[in-house]
Amino acid sequence: MFLLVDCNNFFASCERVFNPALQNKPIVVLSNNDGCVIARSNEAKKIVKMGDPYFKIKDILQENEVIIFSSNYSLYGDMSRRVMLTLATFVKDLEVYSIDEAFLDLEGFDKHYDLTDYARKIIRITTKNTGIPVSGGIAATKTLAKVANKYAKRYKGYKGICLLDTDTKIQKALKLFEIGDVWGIGYKYDKKLQRYGIKTAWDFINKPESWIRTQMGVVGVRTWKELQGIRCFNLELPHSKKSICTSRSFPIEITDFEILYEAIANFAASCGRKLREQKTCAGTVTVFIHSNFFRDDLSPFYQTRSLQLPVASNASSELIIAAKTILKGIYQKGYAFKKAGVIVSELIKEDEVQGNLFYRIDREREQRLYKVLDMLNRKIAPDALKLAVQGNGKKWALSRKYLSRRYTTSWDDLIEIK
Amino acid sequence: MESYIFVRMSGRKRITIELFRADTNSNLALPYADEGIQAGFPNPAQDYLDLCLDLNKELVTNPPATFYGRVRGDSLVDADVLEGDVLIVDKSLTPLEGDLVVVFIDGDFTLKFIHKDNEVIWLIPANSKYNPIKVTKENDFMVWGVVTYTIRDNRKRKRR
Repeated sequence: MFLLVDCNNFFASCERVFNPALQNKPIVVLSNNDGCVIARSNEAKKIVKMGDPYFKIKDILQENEVIIFSSNYSLYGDMSRRVMLTLATFVKDLEVYSIDEAFLDLEGFDKHYDLTDYARKIIRITTKNTGIPVSGGIAATKTLAKVANKYAKRYKGYKGICLLDTDTKIQKALKLFEIGDVWGIGYKYDKKLQRYGIKTAWDFINKPESWIRTQMGVVGVRTWKELQGIRCFNLELPHSKKSICTSRSFPIEITDFEILYEAIANFAASCGRKLREQKTCAGTVTVFIHSNFFRDDLSPFYQTRSLQLPVASNASSELIIAAKTILKGIYQKGYAFKKAGVIVSELIKEDEVQGNLFYRIDREREQRLYKVLDMLNRKIAPDALKLAVQGNGKKWALSRKYLSRRYTTSWDDLIEIK
Repeated sequence: MESYIFVRMSGRKRITIELFRADTNSNLALPYADEGIQAGFPNPAQDYLDLCLDLNKELVTNPPATFYGRVRGDSLVDADVLEGDVLIVDKSLTPLEGDLVVVFIDGDFTLKFIHKDNEVIWLIPANSKYNPIKVTKENDFMVWGVVTYTIRDNRKRKRR
């Protein structure tokens, strides 16, 4: 059996841990740049929708006295780590599925424990450790565990854990479960299935496999099987990432090459840091830029290109040079850019990099330099020491007007107690 | 290989030696040996280097539940808890009588000793300027965590 543990309104809950006065008050968290709503407390769910652009709902938020936060990923990331560390003490295998969800393998636990009791203990201790409320769903497949979790959240009577183990229970749950809420059924398929009169997960599994296959392909069949308790997805255990992407939307539209380059240089440097953290080097650098898709008055522009490095690298300086070369090639004067990003791929282990006879950079010296740079930045502050081309970010950096403190990751930001 | 820093202490009494090695990882590992060190002789403590004192291990028993806080104000001066001290707070612990606790009461974090008198909870400061607080049903009250250690920068080099 799988147990899916999911943090309730995770970002809002993180803010509440350090600000308990916000209990029972409506909270929204805004995306990078304070662009749109990416998280809501239960109280705020009645007031605004996910994805609502901030500038459009400003007045509604004010009228309803909604508390606004910019996203504080240092805080959310650390609180997520604490939740996952706690969960990991209860099982042998767990898959961290997202910042606020994990699948736990409960195989064999039913021989020694009542599964519901055991799962309740897991969530009770997780909440006790971290202050974050969590709930869980138990079922034979990941997709059903997701269904069970939704019920655990929806009805208080479950006391945080819903177990779907018998056919009767599963049938009852699926009959009341909207097809669009099923894991793996996106917005597009939801519309399509609705057109065929499929409203619930139960309607869905009562279609023949051949019909599902023609309409949705093999991915749809997997979901169809999983909902019937046939396991198609196993736990995915951690492995190194295959590519790393750093991208941002800008608070303003950028037309100037130099400003765009400064932003791109920072994204490349950030990719370099992430590569060095996981001790890998990238063989390919990709840059993409695009204009504001939300402006009807301007023609949209999207451009991307990749470049193979002579020798795989994780040195920010080399990645920046590659990114600049690409940017020069794809930049077009006269367009206003709203978003840009750098992707590094073809990752290999740091110590398995193939040399190149004609390549003249002193690798060892370079590695020593970045070791010192990373160490200082960890000690002092992110980007305390950086390359000159990274600039000061004033022209393109994020606006984060409602940022809370980094309570758990900075000595200067600790909670103050009288 | 880690570098070694030899710290020799001398005074009126002969103090036994300490030999420290600072681990550069996130853990602060301080190995120690309980033999003396004499200049010029082979180090008899070499065999004992696997003994480590790691402050994280000693002070943080439940890492995911451990948070740090900063003391503000003077409500605990008589208990020698001073402005600027760092508090190690374990959120997972259930407070026992007399524990120093971080509580949240009516919109504020506060640091007090907890005292239970029959079924009544009292929050006791350690400064005659302040009165104990009796927690009633009307209060919005929760115990946020139990303070397990307080840490002070004795040389006040960093003002925080």
